[in-house]
Formats: sequence, structure tokens, C-alpha cells
Amino acid sequence: MIRFATSHEYARKEGDRFRVGITPFASEQLGDVVYVELPKVGRAYAAGEEFGVVESVKAVSSLYMPVAGTVVEVNDPVVQDPGLLNTDPMDRGWMVVIESADPSAYDALLTEDAYQTEIASH
Amino acid sequence: MTETIAAPLRQTPLHNRHVASGARMVGFGGWSMPVQYTSIIAEHQAVRSAWGIFDVSHMGEFKVSGPEAREWLGCLVPANLEALSVGHAVYTMFTRPTGGVVDDLIVYRFADHLLLVVNAANRDKDWAWLQRHLPEAHGQVTLEDVSEDWALIAVQGPSAAASLERLSGGDVSATGSFGITTFRLAGIDCPAGRTGYTGEDGFEVLVPADQAARVWDLLVAEGASPCGLGARDTLRLEAGLPLYGHEWDDDTTPIEAGFGWAVRNPGPYLGRDVHVRQKAEGPARRLRGLVLEDRAPAREGYEVVSPDGEVVGKVASGTFSPTLGHPVATAYLPAGFVPEQTVSIRVRERLVPARVVALPFYRRPAIQPTRRTP
Repeated sequence: MIRFATSHEYARKEGDRFRVGITPFASEQLGDVVYVELPKVGRAYAAGEEFGVVESVKAVSSLYMPVAGTVVEVNDPVVQDPGLLNTDPMDRGWMVVIESADPSAYDALLTEDAYQTEIASH
Repeated sequence: MTETIAAPLRQTPLHNRHVASGARMVGFGGWSMPVQYTSIIAEHQAVRSAWGIFDVSHMGEFKVSGPEAREWLGCLVPANLEALSVGHAVYTMFTRPTGGVVDDLIVYRFADHLLLVVNAANRDKDWAWLQRHLPEAHGQVTLEDVSEDWALIAVQGPSAAASLERLSGGDVSATGSFGITTFRLAGIDCPAGRTGYTGEDGFEVLVPADQAARVWDLLVAEGASPCGLGARDTLRLEAGLPLYGHEWDDDTTPIEAGFGWAVRNPGPYLGRDVHVRQKAEGPARRLRGLVLEDRAPAREGYEVVSPDGEVVGKVASGTFSPTLGHPVATAYLPAGFVPEQTVSIRVRERLVPARVVALPFYRRPAIQPTRRTP
């Protein structure tokens, strides 16, 4: 069960929690990622709120929460080795796990098919 | 709602090659240019460890000829063109009466003319600057924009020279840094200077525009890695080489930028008084390197903060250094800030410690004697 934001983050549903990261398309567009800044456990975010920063050699990009919620886990290995965002963004390159107060917002995100259609127009 | 109508981006003679190889194209100085073919870091490392090729055909080429070509140009640049012999090139700048820099360029001296290679983004500005000063030549100088005639391919890296020798059957042992030679590549005679913008040995090869693809294909077939503007920027920044619009601008002098060594024109030229005074008294600000003790890259425009909490400068260029493995930046700082002092850089809401260093960040291992000027 996975859904996508138009800003290229994914939310993978795991019970009442969501694992959040960026899509392979976003990773490819960024190029070599050299720095990731992620929030601390306990921070709460509204849907669409900026929760971190990812930097490639050339550019700085903001990360946006696909679903409102509170951070319950942060992937430290991706902070230590930002290259994981290039090599394995969907699995080992996840960023945070959130617990959502409003899981229904998840249903409003793009399905895999809808997201693929969205990026095909780029 | 407003609509902006952007001028179409210009294309170099190698545009089709870039698109065919899947390069990511971006607009740069009005040109559609490859920013990367595979990965900026991989391309960067190819140039540091082997060799890479860059399409820099967007740069402008102006031909200056006539009996007083060197005398006239010598009044516009701080280089000593009287000392520039045939078959040599020199790095210099067009300077304003205030000492600031209109553009930086390389002057090549061929037997019967000078060739100026200028920045793409400044082509029109430079042309206007030269036209404005042309009457001072009293008809003894001919100025031609030959940019459309030439493609320019930078061939850079520790194995660049040997590869070009192999491909051309030539011998570059007599061609030192900033020397000019001619390579015969794919049956085409290509004038080349032992110059570059990467901190490595290499050549910048002029190729007749309509033959550019043949030479590019030959270099790729020989194993050269095509490299984009992304790697060009990280390579030049590690090597401490300034980029116009970042380290250079109309208000920056060569002395402030640490290019006092390039100011050696004994005759009158625009900006000389300012340069001589700054050389004698020391400039009030200097271009410095900053090494960040954090993974967060400093970017252009970020504030540099003194230990007292005062903003003392802004980042001119900043990136992640693939060779060093951490972020580096440049900034103009008051003269009191010297290497090994610590300052901070404001990265979003944080203050990140940074060590002031002398440029460059990277110097290639000495294989050959290197000279910065002929």
C-alpha cells in the first residue's frame, strides 16, 4: 500500500503509520545527493508542510509531508550516507516514519498509476 | 497572470550529440548546455583520475588583428601582452577604470592575430566593450566575432595529453602550460592551448564548427568521459578558479580575487592606478576559501558570520567537493580574516563553523613543471 504526492514524496502505509521518502523519479532528477536534513522524533507536521531538505551537488530541494502526522522514527543511515537516496530511495533510503492523526488524507494522494501518469508528462 | 516569453536557447554544434547520449540539458547564459551525462560526481572523478571532455562551444571567440592589435588590447587588460610570444596564451581580464572586471578571458597569440576566448554569458557585453574602445586604435586594428566558426572542446585530466598525442600522432612535450599547439584529429587541424578550467593538465581544443561532431566522436571512442557543466563547476571551484558572476564582477579587482600575479602590464591600461595602489597597500577585502566542518553545503548568497556575530561577507560559490568529501565555498572577507581562522556560515536557521583557507582547495599532484603564466 503506497501513495504519492505531486511533490514526489511517497507514503507507504504500515498499519496506522506511514513510511515517507522520495521517489526514484525525484532521486534521478536531483542527481548525486550529498546532504539530507531530517527532523527529530516527536515533531508534528501538517500535510504539505516542509519537513526537511535534500541537497544534490547542484541544488537544494525541500521535502514536504504527504500526510499530516508526528515523526516517530528517523532514518539515521540516510543522513550518514545520503547516497542511499540515489541507490535505494524506496527501501533503505526511506526518511521518516509518521503516526497520522488523519489517515484519511492518505486516500487523497496519488495512486501508483496516477503518479506514473503525472511524471510521464515531465 | 503574466506571460514571460523566453528567447529560445541557443545550441552548440554538439547539441545533437548531447541529446542523443541522454544528457540533462539546462539553460546557461542563453545556451542549452549539458549539466550532466551520468552523474556530476562520476564525471568529476573521471577528470581527476583519467580524462574527460567538455563542450564549451558556447564561449565566444573574438579575432583581433592589424599592426597595432597587441598595443591596443594591451590598454584594456592587466596582462603584459608585450611579453606574450607567438604560440603562447595568457589568462587575463578586461578591467574597468575603477579596477573592476568586465570579464575574464584567455588571449591566444597566433602568428598573425590574437584570439580572445570569452565567457558565453558576457559575449555581448565584451563585444560592446571592445567596440567602444576600438576608435582608440585609429583604424589600425580589425575586430571580428568568429564565435560561430569554432566549437571549443576542453580535454582535461591526467591522461588528456597522452590521449591527444595518441589520437593526433603529435608530440606535446615542447608545449608547456599556456602553450599553443595544433592537433590533427579525425583529419582536421585543431589549434589548442594547454589551458583549462579544472585544475588538471589538459587542452582546450578549437575545432571548426562543422567538424565538431567528428572530433567529439573520436574522443568518446578513445575513452574520454563526456562531462557537463555540473562537473565543470565542482572541478573549477576545487581548483580555486573564479567564475564570472560569482568570484568576478564589475566591482571586483584582480588583487582582491588573489590574482595579483596576473597584474603585470607595465604600460597604461584601464584600472591600472587602482591595481597598483591595491598591490602596494593591500586590498580591503580578499577572496578566501571556506571549508565547512559539516555536511551541509553552503550555497551562493549564504551569510558569513564573524565570531562576534557580525555578517562579514556572503558566499560567492559553494558546493560539495567530490575530491575532498565535504562542502567548500568561496567568499570575499575583510582583509583581517586570514587562513586558519574560524567563521560561521548561516545555513538556513543554523550557524555552521567554517575554516578560512587559502585557495585553491585542490592542487593536482606535480607531474610536470606548472606555470601559471608564460
